[in-house]
Amino acid sequence: MTSNRYRDILKHGAIWAFILVELTFFSIAGEYLSVSDKAFMDFDNMLLLLKQSAPIGIIALGMTIIMINGNIDLSVGATYALSAIVLLDSMTWPALQAMGDWAIPLAWGLALLTGAILGAINGLIVWKTGVDAFIVTLGSMLGYRGLVFMINGEQPTSHLNWTLVDFAEAQFLGLHTASWFLLTAALVLWLMMTRTVHGRNAYAIGNNREAAVNAGIRVGPHMMWNFVLIGFLAALSAVVFYSESGSVNPNDGMLFELWAITAVVLGGTKLTGGYGSIISTLGGVIAIQLLRKGLGHIGAATETVNLVIGLILIAVLLLDRQLNLKGKQELKI
Amino acid sequence: MTGMTKQRIGNILAKQGILIAFAVFMIGFAIANQRFIAIDNISGVIRSSAILGVMALGVTFVVIGGNFDLSVGSMMSFSTIVVLDLHDKLGPALAIPAMFGLTMALGAFIGFLVGYMKLNSLIVTLGMLSAIHGLTLTWSGGKNMDIADKAGTWFSVFGQGRILGVPVPILIFAGLAIFFTVVLMKTPFGRKVYAVGGNGQAATFSGIPRARIVFLTYVISAFCVATAGLLQASRSLGSQNTVGQGMELQVLAAVILGGASLMGGSGTIFKTVIGVLILGFIQNGLLLMGLAFYVQYVVTWGIIILAVWLDVAAKRGRLWSPTA
Repeated sequence: MTSNRYRDILKHGAIWAFILVELTFFSIAGEYLSVSDKAFMDFDNMLLLLKQSAPIGIIALGMTIIMINGNIDLSVGATYALSAIVLLDSMTWPALQAMGDWAIPLAWGLALLTGAILGAINGLIVWKTGVDAFIVTLGSMLGYRGLVFMINGEQPTSHLNWTLVDFAEAQFLGLHTASWFLLTAALVLWLMMTRTVHGRNAYAIGNNREAAVNAGIRVGPHMMWNFVLIGFLAALSAVVFYSESGSVNPNDGMLFELWAITAVVLGGTKLTGGYGSIISTLGGVIAIQLLRKGLGHIGAATETVNLVIGLILIAVLLLDRQLNLKGKQELKI
Repeated sequence: MTGMTKQRIGNILAKQGILIAFAVFMIGFAIANQRFIAIDNISGVIRSSAILGVMALGVTFVVIGGNFDLSVGSMMSFSTIVVLDLHDKLGPALAIPAMFGLTMALGAFIGFLVGYMKLNSLIVTLGMLSAIHGLTLTWSGGKNMDIADKAGTWFSVFGQGRILGVPVPILIFAGLAIFFTVVLMKTPFGRKVYAVGGNGQAATFSGIPRARIVFLTYVISAFCVATAGLLQASRSLGSQNTVGQGMELQVLAAVILGGASLMGGSGTIFKTVIGVLILGFIQNGLLLMGLAFYVQYVVTWGIIILAVWLDVAAKRGRLWSPTA
């Protein structure tokens, strides 16, 4: 029993311990290697880091829920791009332009609605056809990207609205707007997963779907709701980011699904479902961004970032396997 | 009686659905545009599908063995960059085997992790996608790679040459497809791949060395990726670092379209080839109809889901999922 608790603490704490190691390493190494005079742990630098983690971070939160539920979503990058286009394009419609700054909440609403609908389409197909979520979202990753091009054409779409840019660049209590959205989303989702029936059922379905069905849990609506949620979050990520940048390229968001999954796995969530936590994912997202920034800080070539992140992901998997093996000798073959 | 007939029609649709769909598409496109069935158009489509196709052959082994390989796109970029770089440094005769060796070493590393260390293949190959991309960028310094003397090298024969009028990429693709069909169908190794993917536990109990079989499927996949990299490099004689980006999912789409189950244990080389050709001909057919290239994305989406849905529906005997 105690060894179990010890293992649990080790698992939940691992990502935060890793972040501490990163901070220490880059601070010390930065003293010798960095070309900048600023310390790595500079407060403003850390605030910026949180802001930069937001786009992938918000998506990764949704991916955590999808994976706890035992599914996966490969279409988030395309959903992100499509929502961004709806956001920027809708503000140029005459009807919205006539509304002045009131167009902003409407454009946000339209973009978020787009994301939720795209998620709902995925969820409905997974639910009603019984085709594996991996295949369904692999298909819609292509399909949604096609829609992006059909709506937008091949040229980038730009629309800068200065009220919107001011809002996106604002700092409230020190944190940037994007950071607020990331942290608020994390808080709400954490409450949802730990304090509500839906959260509990999502864990149950991911852990043992058959048992969940036998216990009278309706699997379909829960899955559906989770897909709507991740679509919404991908759109939220897009509106937060593109409110500031104001320009979207039809290829934007490619490979986001893989980055988000990497962050989620780094946070310790199981691909097989039933296990994971929102807070740990937040840790995973921050750890990756810290690595990017840190390697840049000590003057390592940016190319090495991908290499290091990939190898860390595999190392985490190896470690996790060792930890699990100690507890219950290998049962699965 | 009608129930039986319905069941049988369902079975035929599920088993041969992909061939029927292929035929329908070909006839439809041929009626829409005569040029579609011209010999040089067909040969052009197969030729440009060859790179994706060769990669799909290797991934078919991995998928039948019950695993994923998401690293093939990134690995293809690696082998393309490496062979182009070594071409000018060592000469083509040494560059090609060196590139095959390096790429297959990467495949062996993945095979070791998934086979012997029993790690989740989706995450391992996801990690390797990123790691190999970093490796490629480090190798090239982030710059595009070009062969200095493009006109004077025989290296271009693999991607651009013809033997008896047939483009070499088609010959390589067809040759490998036949060879791997024989390996999969006629050798003990092939049967073991099916056994391991179909029921890993049962396979282990009947004395099949599961770890080694899985390991070998990844080495085969890496060999195919190296071949694809050779074709790509030889065709363009220069390349960006991201030439294979996103191809892992296209390859997977082709393999799934061919009817291989992601749970492992089923799929054939022949059907994968059909899957590759369907993707290639749809792209070509839509372009000939004057539609933009991205329309094929949406069409492919529909086809993938319909194909797998039909398959799943036939297996459970009803169209809609019973999930409440």
